Amino acid sequence: MKTAAKFEIPFVQYLDPKGKPTQDLPKSASKDELLKLYKMMSKVRIFDTKAIALQRTGKLGTYASSLGHEAAHVGIGTAMIEEDAFCPMYREYGAQFVRGVKMSEVLLYWGGDERGSNFSGPKHDFPWCVPIATQYLHAAGSAMAFKYRGEKRAAVTVIGDGGTSEGDFYEALNAAGAWKLPFVGVTVNNKWAISVPLSKQTACETLAQKGIAGGMDVVQVDGNDIIAVREVMEQALKKARNGEGPTFVEMLTYRLHDHTTADDARRYRPDEEVEAEREKEPLIRLRQYINDQGWWDEDQEKALVEELKAEVDAAVEEYQSIEPPGVEDMFDYHYEEITDPLAEQREVAIKEARRNA
Amino acid sequence: MPKVTLIDAVNMAMAHELEHDDSVLVYGEDVGVNGGVFRATAGLQEKFGENRVMDTPLAESMIAGMGVGMAAQGLKPVGEIQFSGFIYPAFDQIISHAARLRNRTRGRLTCPLVIRAPFGGGIHAPEHHSESTEALFAHIPGLRTVIPSSPQRAYGLLLAAIRCPDPVMFFEPNRLYRMVKQEVEDNGEALPLDVCFVLKEGTDVTLISWAPAMHETLQAAKQLEEEGISCEVIDVATISPLDMETILESVEKTGRAVIVHEAARNVGVGAEIAANLAEKGIYDLKAPVERVTGYDVTMPLFKLEKQYLPSVARIKDAVQRTLEE
Ligand SMILES: Cc1ncc(C[n+]2csc(CCOP(=O)(O)OP(=O)(O)O)c2C)c(N)n1
Repeated sequence: MKTAAKFEIPFVQYLDPKGKPTQDLPKSASKDELLKLYKMMSKVRIFDTKAIALQRTGKLGTYASSLGHEAAHVGIGTAMIEEDAFCPMYREYGAQFVRGVKMSEVLLYWGGDERGSNFSGPKHDFPWCVPIATQYLHAAGSAMAFKYRGEKRAAVTVIGDGGTSEGDFYEALNAAGAWKLPFVGVTVNNKWAISVPLSKQTACETLAQKGIAGGMDVVQVDGNDIIAVREVMEQALKKARNGEGPTFVEMLTYRLHDHTTADDARRYRPDEEVEAEREKEPLIRLRQYINDQGWWDEDQEKALVEELKAEVDAAVEEYQSIEPPGVEDMFDYHYEEITDPLAEQREVAIKEARRNA
Repeated sequence: MPKVTLIDAVNMAMAHELEHDDSVLVYGEDVGVNGGVFRATAGLQEKFGENRVMDTPLAESMIAGMGVGMAAQGLKPVGEIQFSGFIYPAFDQIISHAARLRNRTRGRLTCPLVIRAPFGGGIHAPEHHSESTEALFAHIPGLRTVIPSSPQRAYGLLLAAIRCPDPVMFFEPNRLYRMVKQEVEDNGEALPLDVCFVLKEGTDVTLISWAPAMHETLQAAKQLEEEGISCEVIDVATISPLDMETILESVEKTGRAVIVHEAARNVGVGAEIAANLAEKGIYDLKAPVERVTGYDVTMPLFKLEKQYLPSVARIKDAVQRTLEE
């Protein structure tokens, strides 16, 4: 019997969970860069903690935490250039903060106010996407547009491990491969899709191999190692922008918080597993590395936490000081020009709002 | 008799059918170990095992499409779509296959599939979790569309849906999941899938509603009653096929009709009922038919959700308008 084809899945890691290099670090891992990345990841974490607290006290609606995904998200964001397009799912704040989305806008959105989606990040980036996997096709379409116009831009999209079971996911990979689109698909594999573990989601050994069916380069990366994430993403993006085709990246990580604040993961996830994963989380390892290099110490850490807490508090204050939207806000953006029946309904709603005020 | 919530009743009906019919399977995202994100399937996997109550990969088209295959091959699959707002990947399978299989094969193959989904707004949920889209399904020949609004009707109608030889879309108003308790006897008695339920008799005006909006409609009826206006209240429950007979009979008596639904007004199910009243009941009407509905806008995020939903005040206003004629 002859073998028709054979595949390999490369795995990339620079720092092990204890912060020890597993190979020579890339040039991008300079002192300045690593400190910048560390600060950004810390910011996401402090924001996340605050957002959960706001939800618990009734000041925010359901919120999707990104606890434990900081390296994956910040790594994606810092590897992108402004002109690239980002098609997130619903918890990639780390990438979005890097791209200029404001913390108060994230809060506004989860606070039940559509104006949060009109964020200050690049206007061509997509808003949060709740229907799983649909965003993958938006990225493929964006990439098609860039290619069509001959622009050196790429589209980046993110999906969870569960999301890789959806049809839209495969259709997007297939299209990106067939058209050789400037597309980088990421799956943030945190081992769970709400209560369904990866073993029930798929029989694949890796999620990365799903990209092979789309005919593209694939790579698996330690998603808790920001050096590895950024390096892999930068290479994939450079390749995409140079017209050398799409890449599919699997990032291995773990979500340390519940799926959302409406979920209680203790019902289905073993505590021992969470505790074991906590040891491997992304902040500990980078902090250990910069500590070992003599670039960071306890005092700096304390000062950073203070500074970030103040920044987050200011964002919360900004969020809370924003007046609730007027009732007309739900009517005014459906058509370029409001239709007659809708205008009539708008008046009814305004009258109702006055009556209830 | 135990007093239970609507969601308990849904659970009871599934447990009853799993117990009594080996061909019934319950499946969907997170329905097993987690018992469903709303807990509708809580305890079922423990009781009936992983082969009867299955967690599926995250893939709605697969839930509907494999349901078609299972149903055509003699099973009675009961699939859950986690929120009705996520049914669109499954839409193609539901419309192109589930709804048509019997007709295409001239009865050779049937599709006794039930798709359950939490439905409607008012629970402060994130985007895409609150849409009321019954009209999309009611429009499709070959499908039945059912929305209970009380524990008793949830139990009886879900039993009927599971036993029905046709595909049934079974939408569960999540706002009402835990709002009221009712005595429900777990006796396996199904309710008919083609009649409206008259919840309250009255003589001045007929209020016609279904799904979560039933709650405000009943409240409005109560307040109007105190103001001396006698309301007949109808829960449509089975949106398709629509039982116009009960509605026409009521309007013959009252001469006035107010239709209340949470879905957007444009081409909503209210329009179908109003058209039927115009065709068959015009000489009984003393006033134009009124509709109190959601606006023709995307279901807003929750800061504005309350303002979108038909309020008691809007329903009462509409009733007053019909009485002025
Ligand atoms: C099309 C669709 N189906 C179902 C849901 C409900 N839902 C929200 S998140 C989720 C699990 C997602 O898991 P995964 O893709 O692994 O991403 P994670 O949130 O774990 O990062 C489900 C089932 C949805 N949002 N969209």
